[in-house]
Amino acid sequence: MTAALLGWSILVAQLFLGLGMGCAAFRLMRGPRAQDRVLGLDTMYVNATMLLLTFGIRTGSTHYFEAALVIALLGFVATAALAKFLMRGEVIE
Amino acid sequence: MPDALILLSSIALPFLGAIVAGLLPTHARNAAAWLAGAIALSMLAFVWAAYPTVADGGVVRHAIPWMPALGLDFSLRMDGFAWLFAGLVSGVGALVVLYARYYMSAEDPVPRFFAFLLAFMGAMTGVVLSGNLVQLAFFWELTSLFSFLLIGYWHHTAAAREGARMALTVTATGGLCLFAGVLVLGHIVGSYDLDVVLASGERIRSHALYLPALILILLGALTKSAQFPFHFWLPQAMAAPTPVSAYLHSATLVKAGVFLMARLWPVMAGTEAWFWIVGTAGVATLLLGAYVAIFQLDLKGLLAYSTISHLGLITLLLGLNSELAMVAAIFHILNHATFKASLFMAVGIIDHETGTRDIRRLSGLNRSMPFTARLALVAAAAMAGVPLLNGFLSKEMFFAEALSAQTSQLFLLQILPLAATAASAFSVAYSLRFIHGAFFGPDPTDLPRTPHEPPAWMRFPVEILVLACIIVGILPAATVGPFLDMAAHAALGAATPDYSLAVWHGFSLPLLMSFIALTAGVALYIGLQKQLRSAPDGPPMLRSFDGRRMFERAMVFLSWRLARTLERLLGTRRLQPQLRLLVCVAILAGAIAVQVRGLGPGNVMPSGIDPVLALVWVGGAACAFGAAWLAKFHRLAALILLGGTGLVTCVTFVWFSAPDLALTQLLVEVVTTILLLLGLRWLPKRIDNPATRQAEVVTLTRRLRDLTIAISAGAGMAGLAYGVMTRSPPELLAQHFLARAYTEGGGTNVVNVILVDFRGFDTLGEITVLAAVALVAYALLRRFRPAPDSVEIPEQQRDQSAYDEARPDRSEGDTVADWLLVPSVLTRLLFPVIILVAAYLLLRGHDQPGGGFVAGLTASIAIILQYMIGGTHWVEDRLRVPPLRWMGVGLLLAAGTGLAAWFFGRPFMTSYFSYLGLPLLGEVPTASALVFDIGVFALVVGATVLILIALAHQSVRGQRAVPRSSEGRAAATRVAGDD
Repeated sequence: MTAALLGWSILVAQLFLGLGMGCAAFRLMRGPRAQDRVLGLDTMYVNATMLLLTFGIRTGSTHYFEAALVIALLGFVATAALAKFLMRGEVIE
Repeated sequence: MPDALILLSSIALPFLGAIVAGLLPTHARNAAAWLAGAIALSMLAFVWAAYPTVADGGVVRHAIPWMPALGLDFSLRMDGFAWLFAGLVSGVGALVVLYARYYMSAEDPVPRFFAFLLAFMGAMTGVVLSGNLVQLAFFWELTSLFSFLLIGYWHHTAAAREGARMALTVTATGGLCLFAGVLVLGHIVGSYDLDVVLASGERIRSHALYLPALILILLGALTKSAQFPFHFWLPQAMAAPTPVSAYLHSATLVKAGVFLMARLWPVMAGTEAWFWIVGTAGVATLLLGAYVAIFQLDLKGLLAYSTISHLGLITLLLGLNSELAMVAAIFHILNHATFKASLFMAVGIIDHETGTRDIRRLSGLNRSMPFTARLALVAAAAMAGVPLLNGFLSKEMFFAEALSAQTSQLFLLQILPLAATAASAFSVAYSLRFIHGAFFGPDPTDLPRTPHEPPAWMRFPVEILVLACIIVGILPAATVGPFLDMAAHAALGAATPDYSLAVWHGFSLPLLMSFIALTAGVALYIGLQKQLRSAPDGPPMLRSFDGRRMFERAMVFLSWRLARTLERLLGTRRLQPQLRLLVCVAILAGAIAVQVRGLGPGNVMPSGIDPVLALVWVGGAACAFGAAWLAKFHRLAALILLGGTGLVTCVTFVWFSAPDLALTQLLVEVVTTILLLLGLRWLPKRIDNPATRQAEVVTLTRRLRDLTIAISAGAGMAGLAYGVMTRSPPELLAQHFLARAYTEGGGTNVVNVILVDFRGFDTLGEITVLAAVALVAYALLRRFRPAPDSVEIPEQQRDQSAYDEARPDRSEGDTVADWLLVPSVLTRLLFPVIILVAAYLLLRGHDQPGGGFVAGLTASIAIILQYMIGGTHWVEDRLRVPPLRWMGVGLLLAAGTGLAAWFFGRPFMTSYFSYLGLPLLGEVPTASALVFDIGVFALVVGATVLILIALAHQSVRGQRAVPRSSEGRAAATRVAGDD
């Protein structure tokens, strides 16, 4: 019973996270401003982290946890670079 | 003395000496000369040490197995024939070294000259001692290369550069033909070993591929020996310093061609094809060279054409298909080397002491340099074939052969003696002109220098050689007889005919021909006096027929007109057409493969669709489409969308249980985004010229065409991927790796074990390429000048600076410092954390997802992050990352780990693993592959940081650079090299 419940909740969580990524992708495409797109990308990264965590729970493996960790730790670098570019017109000055 | 020592020292000594001489200081003229002389003399001693063996008809051999499976050994072999040549190379070499010591000016970089000369000596010895045909071709090309360097030694003069280039083009192309010919010959015989080849003459001559092999090999030999129609490079090569001409163009380089023909004579000669090709080239060269030589104004030019003519004589003798002619050819090779080397040296002395080689300005030198004049007189007489000198003997043998030649074409038999006599008369005429023009007549006027005798040691080599001419000329059988006999027996084996080396053979037809030639030559010279005095450079009638000009025309056509035409037809400066071409070729290749092999459905049933993955993929696909759609007009938006696609790819990798790939993909994604953003700043604006805008319909057609190409490439790629993934893979390699990863590689992460152990050599190659790419990117960016429309400071920065300047309580840069306060604190705190993760990924990579590449990317992201938020100056004042040193250390570590296996007697790149008992940690698995992985890590960090920082430094350049402390600037220089 508990296992089934866990299985279903994981599936639902993954579906919602996938939808969340879809929404972020929509913002990524529509914009309208560049800032919206950057924010969309960052949201996508966060959602992907969660998705990988739930995937790890589903398969009972810790390997995916580390991929999620690396996204969490380094995923923001791309966002930071884009933000810096928008703010100053240059990434490194 | 052991054979191996003799042979290996003869080859290795000159090359080692060349390296040492090359390292000497520029003005170490005497040290270099002593070194070169000592090496040439010890080579001569080594060659002499082999004499007892080869004199008994023995062969000195030594072979070092290299690739036995392919029949390729490094094999050295010295029989009597090779011995003679090796002696010639080292003996004349020693004399030339002594001569060059006095000839070369103190202002020239003399050690470099001796380095080239020694290297050439080594290459030439390699040619004559090679026991393997492929190896012979290799040394052959080396002689071309070093002769290029020697001819172009005075590279500040245009003549030297052009002469060197022409010699290299002609002889190296010939060498390439020779290589192809040798491969064909090896195919016919089934072995490249010279002994085997020499033993299979019948098989070679009767084989269907005999003619192609013959033509290719002869192309090599005839170009090298400056035979008509390839003779034109030799006169151009006279721009070389005279010692080079005396060595290369009398005794060694040009003799390589006739050496090869004589070497292969027993197995390739004796056919009509050989007679026609070699004989025709020889007789044409003999006559043409001798005729043109009469009309040269430059003394060296005269000797060059005379050399061409004498080489033609040797070639003709080889082409006559008679054993006696072969003996005469070997004899003439020796004789020509002695008198021509001494004549070149005499010309060098004249040039050195008077400052000119122009025959019109020189005269009457007999009075100012009597001794040199007498030496030159004897040598020139030998060249003309005057009795009691060595040139006379071989010329008599040549006449006898010309009279008794055997061929089915009767008219040739009548022409050959005539041609021989005519060429001999020409050679008398040009020898007379040389001596009479330079040494006799009235005293010279307005010479650049006052002529006088050269230093005694400069004349010494000439004296030795002239003495040889006289002694051999008077007592041939007692002096040169045994050596000639030995060489002839080695080259011809049991077929060596009886011949007699004597000055006097009684009254015979050859003697009459000699007499006629001498008289006719003198008469010709006297008759031509008037014309020679007034005529310009070059022979009458043939002046417009110039091989050099044809060569130049061909070169201009090939390297300029043809290249330009091809560039106009195929080239473009725009990226899109190039990409289009590439993609079209790829589509074509794929289509052909499908056409030939078919692309049916696979044997694996597709599994059901996972709704979550499908959902994520819809988002990812939308991002991909969006990126393509916006790529042209909204580069930044396209870049952000690409980030989304990359993330979805990464999730997909995880989904299909490839955590290694997912990690790598993610990190590459981040680094690529930063890289593209850095580049985006400097991209020029779109090329948008209304004047060249095409009509609407043309644009539409182009877009439709591009759409078709894009769709077919994408669909093809997808189809291919589908085809591959629906098949069960061949179980060969994957099973092999899975089974052996732990037992033999000591790691449970199979991907990493493959990278650092099973396929470690590939990885080593890949990181080397990565290092090269990083260096190239760095080198290109050092000279990078941005497009005019992207030079100005970005709008945002101007606004923020204006805001700061407008307020008295703020200074420039305050706004950005305020805005970046929180990110900068956060990133500084994160730096050690990210480095820790990098170390973690590196150390555990052998057993779990991770490894040197991923760890290197992680560490470089940490560094780049500091650059982004802190700014270049801030980081470089605090953190010193010398990327070049990182790359170098990485490469050394990786290669060193591979090499270390050698010390344990294992093949290159064998890895080792065991369990180490460490305090506190207990049993820890360790593998030498970890050291290799650390090397990969260091290189990836260095390469990534180097490229990104080189791009980033564009912003700090030029007028944009702000004043900063001297310490900071020094640090910046250390990081970025020179700016």
